[in-house]
Amino acid sequence: MLLLAVDTATPAVTVALHDGTSVVAETGQVDARRHGELLLPAVDRVLAEAGVKLDAVTGVVVGVGPGPYTGLRVGLVTAATFGSALSVPVHGLCTLDGLAYAARRGGLEGPFAVATDARRKEVYWARYEDGETSGEPAVDRPADITEQLAGLPVVGAGALLYPEAFPDPRGPEHVSAGALASLAAERLAAGAALLPPQPLYLRRPDAQVPKNYKVVTPK
Amino acid sequence: MADEPLVLGIETSCDETGVGVVRGTTLLADAVASSVDTHARFGGVVPEIASRAHLESMVPTIERALKEAGISARDLDGIAVTAGPGLAGALLVGVSAAKAYAYALNKPLYGVNHLASHICVDQLEHGPLPEPTMALLVSGGHSSLLLAPDITSDVRPLGATIDDAAGEAFDKIARVLHLGFPGGPVIDRLAKEGDPKAIAFPRGLSGSRDPAYDFSFSGLKTSVARWIEAKRAAGEDVPVRDVAASFQEAVVDVLTRKAVRACKDEGVDHLMIGGGVAANTRLRALAQERCERAGIRLRVPRPGLCTDNGAMVAALGAEMVARNRPASDWELSADSSLPVTEPHMPGAHSHTHDHDHVHEISKDNLYS
Ligand SMILES: [Zn+2]
Repeated sequence: MLLLAVDTATPAVTVALHDGTSVVAETGQVDARRHGELLLPAVDRVLAEAGVKLDAVTGVVVGVGPGPYTGLRVGLVTAATFGSALSVPVHGLCTLDGLAYAARRGGLEGPFAVATDARRKEVYWARYEDGETSGEPAVDRPADITEQLAGLPVVGAGALLYPEAFPDPRGPEHVSAGALASLAAERLAAGAALLPPQPLYLRRPDAQVPKNYKVVTPK
Repeated sequence: MADEPLVLGIETSCDETGVGVVRGTTLLADAVASSVDTHARFGGVVPEIASRAHLESMVPTIERALKEAGISARDLDGIAVTAGPGLAGALLVGVSAAKAYAYALNKPLYGVNHLASHICVDQLEHGPLPEPTMALLVSGGHSSLLLAPDITSDVRPLGATIDDAAGEAFDKIARVLHLGFPGGPVIDRLAKEGDPKAIAFPRGLSGSRDPAYDFSFSGLKTSVARWIEAKRAAGEDVPVRDVAASFQEAVVDVLTRKAVRACKDEGVDHLMIGGGVAANTRLRALAQERCERAGIRLRVPRPGLCTDNGAMVAALGAEMVARNRPASDWELSADSSLPVTEPHMPGAHSHTHDHDHVHEISKDNLYS
């Protein structure tokens, strides 16, 4: 098994290769505005580091968000296109699950939450109990969920951004494709289902309805 | 001519997900998935809706195009993609897909200019473009007169709209007349039953001291809207067919007059018209009439190739391959305001190295 994992749902552009047992190579960069430029060179670096060619990959894993749309789509369309070109399956995983997995591996125990920056003064978040999500990921204003998450450690950049709402922030700050790949490998080995590689936007598109036709004749 | 370059082209600059396959100047496939119906109720293209639709349609449209062309992706000589100009988020979906596809197949990647592609598509219909080519590009997003001595490397803007694009004016007038979106086809249809001389609407920038090749449709739009409002205010019926015909006539009169003049001034004996508005039947007819009178040969692709599509991108990509233009590199990004003077976006290293940049960057990490 050789999984190529990518995630562009957050400011991190992260890529990893996983051989079914462990992460073989990993690279990443944090830059919220250049996902489109950075992803392919990162894939190229990871493959070079591992000394393999893309056609050795047996499956693609992609973080499906939630995340700000423009960057999120870069990873999803790249993964889908690789899948089509290589005729290999493309598996989706919730990006927040990747962060939760990394936090647990880092020693975080008990229930906790994960929060990433959703911009517009909101966070994407989800709760985890024994490593499993309890409920669907959501998007909310930090102040609106402070009570629900009171007393819980909160993992990720969303927690660091709003210390008043989330007084117990924990690492890691950013998702890593390595964690995502490891989680995917575990789930695949256990025969568990992964998500379809489709975006979790969690918000309706901003439908900018053009202004109504303005009367131009002076009254 | 099996040695002509076989190229797949991807276009996502606006609301059409287009994937085309060409061999040299021969069209093999032109697959398009449009989200226009979703935008209709908003009266215009909503960028985020377009981007979401591109992501959904991208891979299925690529696969459909390959199937339609009856070729294997392995046999491609290159992947071309619209790098700009266009909607930033929409462009990024196509550029990312093209990069992944080119990388996975170990093919050179060509980020090309949307406007140059609109011109180059005519090679699929009427054979190689004469050099130089005079082109009038008219759509909802652009209205320009371009002189292209070499479509892969030298495209010169002679004039452009100083306010609205021609297609935008059609959409706006259609909205004033409650005809829905997009406005071009319905105005074209209604105008056939109207009198183009019924109302004398103004011809923008047509004075002797106005810029010879620039366009303006904002004044015309206002004038038509005022005329309609005056009728409504007086409690009279608006003669929709006559308004449509007279408005359309004002637009195509200016477009064709300036284009023919540019041909004469530059000593170019043919004119290419492209872009979505080139599907307008009156524009085609008047251009034909005026070109014939001036001894100019008119080249207009069939309507399906005038609107945004992947075949036009593939056509320009094939020309890039045929002329040994340097490929783009893996850092290629979308440029929503890519100037027309840049027909393509070669990689940063391509000026100093003339060997295959794909191998240079990726060394042995691709299919050998
Ligand atoms: Zn166009």
